[in-house]
Amino acid sequence: MLNDVTNIVVEALPQFQGYVYPNEAALHPVWSTLIVVYPYITGLVAGAFIMASLVRVFNVKALEPVYRLSMLTAFAFLLCAPLPLLFHLGHPERCYEIMMTPHLTSPMAVFGFVYAWYLMAVLLLELWFDFRQDFVKWSKVTSGFQGILYRALTLGVTDVSEPSVRLDTKMEWVLSIVGIPSAFLLHGYVGFIFGSIKANPWWGNVLMPIMFILSAIVSGIALCVFNYIVLTWIRRKTVDMRCLDTMAMFLFYALVVDAVVEGLDVLHRGYAAEEGFAVLQTMIREKLFYTLNIGQVGIGTLLPLLLLGSLQVLRRRVPEAVRRTMIFWSGAMILIGVLAMRWNVVMGGQFFSKSLRGVMSYKMEFAGQEGWLISAIIMCLPFIILTVLVKLFLSERLQPNGHSSQSSSAT
Amino acid sequence: MGAAFLGLVTLSAARAAKAAVQTVFVSTSAPKGYDPTRHKWLMCIDDNKCIGCGLCAEACKKENGVPEGPYYRTWIERYIIPKPKPGSDQTRGEAIVDSPNGGMHGFPQPTLPKEQIEHAFFVPKLCNLCENPPCVQACPVGATFRAPDGAVLIDPKYCIGCAFCVQACPYGSRFLNPVTHTAEKCTLCYHRITRGLKPACVEVCPAEARIFGDLENLHADDPLQKFYEKNRVQVLKQYLGTKPRVLYAGLDEEVR
Repeated sequence: MLNDVTNIVVEALPQFQGYVYPNEAALHPVWSTLIVVYPYITGLVAGAFIMASLVRVFNVKALEPVYRLSMLTAFAFLLCAPLPLLFHLGHPERCYEIMMTPHLTSPMAVFGFVYAWYLMAVLLLELWFDFRQDFVKWSKVTSGFQGILYRALTLGVTDVSEPSVRLDTKMEWVLSIVGIPSAFLLHGYVGFIFGSIKANPWWGNVLMPIMFILSAIVSGIALCVFNYIVLTWIRRKTVDMRCLDTMAMFLFYALVVDAVVEGLDVLHRGYAAEEGFAVLQTMIREKLFYTLNIGQVGIGTLLPLLLLGSLQVLRRRVPEAVRRTMIFWSGAMILIGVLAMRWNVVMGGQFFSKSLRGVMSYKMEFAGQEGWLISAIIMCLPFIILTVLVKLFLSERLQPNGHSSQSSSAT
Repeated sequence: MGAAFLGLVTLSAARAAKAAVQTVFVSTSAPKGYDPTRHKWLMCIDDNKCIGCGLCAEACKKENGVPEGPYYRTWIERYIIPKPKPGSDQTRGEAIVDSPNGGMHGFPQPTLPKEQIEHAFFVPKLCNLCENPPCVQACPVGATFRAPDGAVLIDPKYCIGCAFCVQACPYGSRFLNPVTHTAEKCTLCYHRITRGLKPACVEVCPAEARIFGDLENLHADDPLQKFYEKNRVQVLKQYLGTKPRVLYAGLDEEVR
């Protein structure tokens, strides 16, 4: 009798179709919305930084107005990047073990070091060298808390003579050059966390780090476009169209490369049609239908490609206001599409059984550790931090000086 | 020569240091004085013998205090291979696999009528004790490790509960314990085998489908020795290069 009852209980919860290993039949996947948000945020950091590097390393003058905004965006998001990882741990109080006793064969163990390197050695330093002479200037013209803050941020280096400023610029250039491979490393490594799982045919793929890097660049530029337009709109200023067009151009080309590589991945899987192909087909047709076909491919790739592509061809003939709107919506759609891509990778890899005989269902929770509320809060946090940073360091009252006088028609 | 000697001394010193560190920091359920270097544990499954009674899964849950619900350190799968549909060019129908409650309370009657079934069989599953364990490779803090005797173990006081190992295990052998929030899986009943007992599942198996032993200390009429002599064996998902130390005899191609 007891057997019958327990069997009925299991049958009453049809969380899966086909056969899944008993340990996979738990209520929700072990990695949930938090782990979707984690590569999304990290990708935005890497992308925003690479976009800023276009100014310093490749000397794309047209992008000067968004240089500081991109750097601050990267910084704000980087501060929040480890939060989803931390909250998803079963024992967050033991998180320091990753740094204290890292197990070096684990891709996850290296995160602490890559993160620390990127935050300390690349972003903070570059930001400091860029802002230092402004800190000196601002500390003289402001009082109260802000004055103290700017004075503290000069770290006592108040020399703004010509050679000293030249050194700042040179250091920025060096740090940007170091920063580009670091940004690739940061996000390529996040891709490797998934790509290295050979047990999972959806993840275990050499192209995974490359797809992550490319989609990161795309999403980072899209975020900068989004932030720039929103900031100018809030400040009731006009957008520098030369800058926006250049961003749109880079966004378009990055999206083309990203779409080609992701298409190549799909093509290869379809052609090779290995052991798990049937179950992967079910995923694309059923489990990930909306997020993959509509979210990632339709909204995130095809529509922006169409909009941005037509702008490349017809740039001169499209009125500024229309162009601005088209670029804004392309950026917004790409941001949604890349989030959908992260969802498809992270959740997609857990919607089917490693027995390749069945698929699981998932009902997203609202509250709790695996709920989407906490993920939404973590997603909002960088924007709040960015608002504070913009208020402090891109304030309209404080005109930047010297080599960075460009610093945005947004200010 | 001198350099080689020096190297050897350094190496042995490093090994001694590592062993000392492990004794202090790594907790296993082995008794004091147990020397893992003197054993080589091996689990074999004679799949022709399994009757799917589920006693092993039940004994495992009780012995190891595995929580209620879909959490199993060992489980039984039932494979039903139907005859091919008339007129189809296939040699056999698509396998129907199930494992209700991990097979712990046996299996219900198959939904397919008897005359449509080509053949059916049971497969006990557990941690595959890989020699190249992907879970150990993936653990970011080294909380899961492979002991010199071949057992892949987890230190629950050290595990941070990131579940990376759960993702990395190709066999679905790991889960996050909902009470302790740490990773868990079959340990071969390490607390028992290190005291000269058999794992609980082997102890209760009425069909002697599970054969367990110590390759380092085999005697002539050891069941493991006999099993080895009599059978050709294979492992699960061999193409992944994990080199499992759970060997199956009489496995069907459908089993993954």
